[in-house]
Amino acid sequence: MDFQIDKEHRLLSQLFRDFAQNEVKPLAKEVDEEERFPAETLSKMARYGFMGIPFPKEYGGSGGDNLAYVMAVEELSKVCGTTGVILSAHSSLCAAPIYENGTEEQKRKYLVPLASGQKLGAFGLTEPNAGTDAAGQQTVAEDKGGYYLLNGSKLFITNAGPAEVYVVMAMTDKSKGTKGISAFILEKGMKGFSIGKKEEKMGIRGSSTCELIFENVEVPAENLLGKLGGGFGLAMRTLDGGRIGIAAQALGIAQGAIDETVAYVKERRQFGKPLSAFQNTQFQLADMQTRVDAARMLVYRAAASKDAKLPYNVEAAMAKLFASETAMEVTTKAVQLHGGYGYTREYPVERMMRDAKITEIYEGTSEVQRMVVSAAMLK
Amino acid sequence: MNIVVCMKQVPDTTEVKIDPATGTLIREGIPSIINPDDKSGLEAALALKDSAGARVTVLSMGPPQADVALREALAMGADEAILLSDRAFGGADTWATSSTIAAALRKLPFDLVICGRQAIDGDTAQVGPQIAEHLGLPQVSYVSELSLEAGQKSVVVKRVFEDGYQRIRVKLPCLLTALRDMNSPRYMSVSGAFEAYGKQIKVWGLADLGLDPQSIGLKGSPTRVKQSFTKGAKSAGKVYELDAKEGAKLIVDRLKEKFII
Repeated sequence: MDFQIDKEHRLLSQLFRDFAQNEVKPLAKEVDEEERFPAETLSKMARYGFMGIPFPKEYGGSGGDNLAYVMAVEELSKVCGTTGVILSAHSSLCAAPIYENGTEEQKRKYLVPLASGQKLGAFGLTEPNAGTDAAGQQTVAEDKGGYYLLNGSKLFITNAGPAEVYVVMAMTDKSKGTKGISAFILEKGMKGFSIGKKEEKMGIRGSSTCELIFENVEVPAENLLGKLGGGFGLAMRTLDGGRIGIAAQALGIAQGAIDETVAYVKERRQFGKPLSAFQNTQFQLADMQTRVDAARMLVYRAAASKDAKLPYNVEAAMAKLFASETAMEVTTKAVQLHGGYGYTREYPVERMMRDAKITEIYEGTSEVQRMVVSAAMLK
Repeated sequence: MNIVVCMKQVPDTTEVKIDPATGTLIREGIPSIINPDDKSGLEAALALKDSAGARVTVLSMGPPQADVALREALAMGADEAILLSDRAFGGADTWATSSTIAAALRKLPFDLVICGRQAIDGDTAQVGPQIAEHLGLPQVSYVSELSLEAGQKSVVVKRVFEDGYQRIRVKLPCLLTALRDMNSPRYMSVSGAFEAYGKQIKVWGLADLGLDPQSIGLKGSPTRVKQSFTKGAKSAGKVYELDAKEGAKLIVDRLKEKFII
């Protein structure tokens, strides 16, 4: 068993860290406070191949793997949770299902511009009445021969607005329940497809989270992704992969909060000595870093399992469950160790605490992850 | 067009600590980077490759660990990397270093050699100009801008001084020393980093360069470090907010207090 990161991934990690520290960190506060989508960062990320890390070069990707991808999301999220989730949703939820389920034509037409970063991607599953209960889809796609007519709406869609390619679930046969759900590739600008209300959020405020509205959208038959009626399975497999990305985001947020705290406690003095000289500080930090290292091993294991083409859904669920709850706990402690300053916008830990919360909710709540893990234990 | 970029792996700190017993740099525990001036030189070479087409070779002399700096250069877009590494090269001063690098350059085709102005650990700014002297090449130091002229027979460079600059046309082949302010070096690309370890890095030792062992390394170094020390920390100082007249009076009073005037 080898717990060491190989030299290729060490070099990649250095790249992701340099990029995040120099290009992403300086914008993080502004992106959060102004709820501003960091478009300029994404074009830089595209230039260096961040938008298609695990996809083959022939499809516009960087020819890398999922371990490298989670390292990228981790390093970006250390300094900006917004940038981390933009990459995660684009890569895991839009490019990946097209790569894994698409026809050659679909890959040429949609994966190439996604993986090369010319276009941003998004994924639409959640609806006003279908969240964790994803089977309750009300968006309908009617087969009109040659095209499908889509009607309905989606809610809380990450990257909606700036994204140009959308993987969307819709009911093609209501009588079949989950077996009647199919996946489609939609393009921004299709007639009848519009972006609804943008959510105002507690955290990851620079990411664009909107409603999708479909009013008689004519989707060409060749945009059916995967098999007719195979949409539910496709969505669940996609979320298994997405969870690794969100786990990496949570891991990054947690490590970022520790890094800020370590610097702070060495500077801040109380009772004539730095906070770092108090045993409470030392023990808190030790607990925080130990948890984060454990989370990192779970996240890297899930990514490595996917790379090895082994089953990874339980590994991904464990990684997301543990990393997101670790992020919440660690960022809360980071604010506490910063004291009053930690509660102000002068220091980034309050933002990290707000960003951490969503990782326990989206792409499957912590409760859903517990269901996935226990279901595998009790079957 | 062939461009060779000479670069050095250095400790990532301007606060270099020196071992008081040996007078050498303490490298343990300090992450290593490509020397900033050299990295800008590499960026200048890669920009020429992008605009005019060129083959970029990076050349470094150092211990085997310098491999990672060369991998980074490959991941940024360099085509080939060569490491000059041999126990016999150890302890070299700038003269022995430039002799060794010049010997390697004699084995390589080049139209342009770019070195960084100086390394952040040694700060001599001597190696680049010495290489040019060894090879009889025209050289321009302190370069902040570089453009290739049509026909690829010469380059025009901006040479920067504290109080002005020169614009110089220089015929190829030549050697330039680059300033870090010259550009913002690109990052590695993800695919470049993935492929960097799949490429072969040539390692040349003493035998490959055919040099006299007496002319290189510690033996070939006319300068010896007599003593090195870490500067003592300065006190924080005091800040006064005064107008010019009061300020002048305060300075005079303080200097008098210390019997300086």
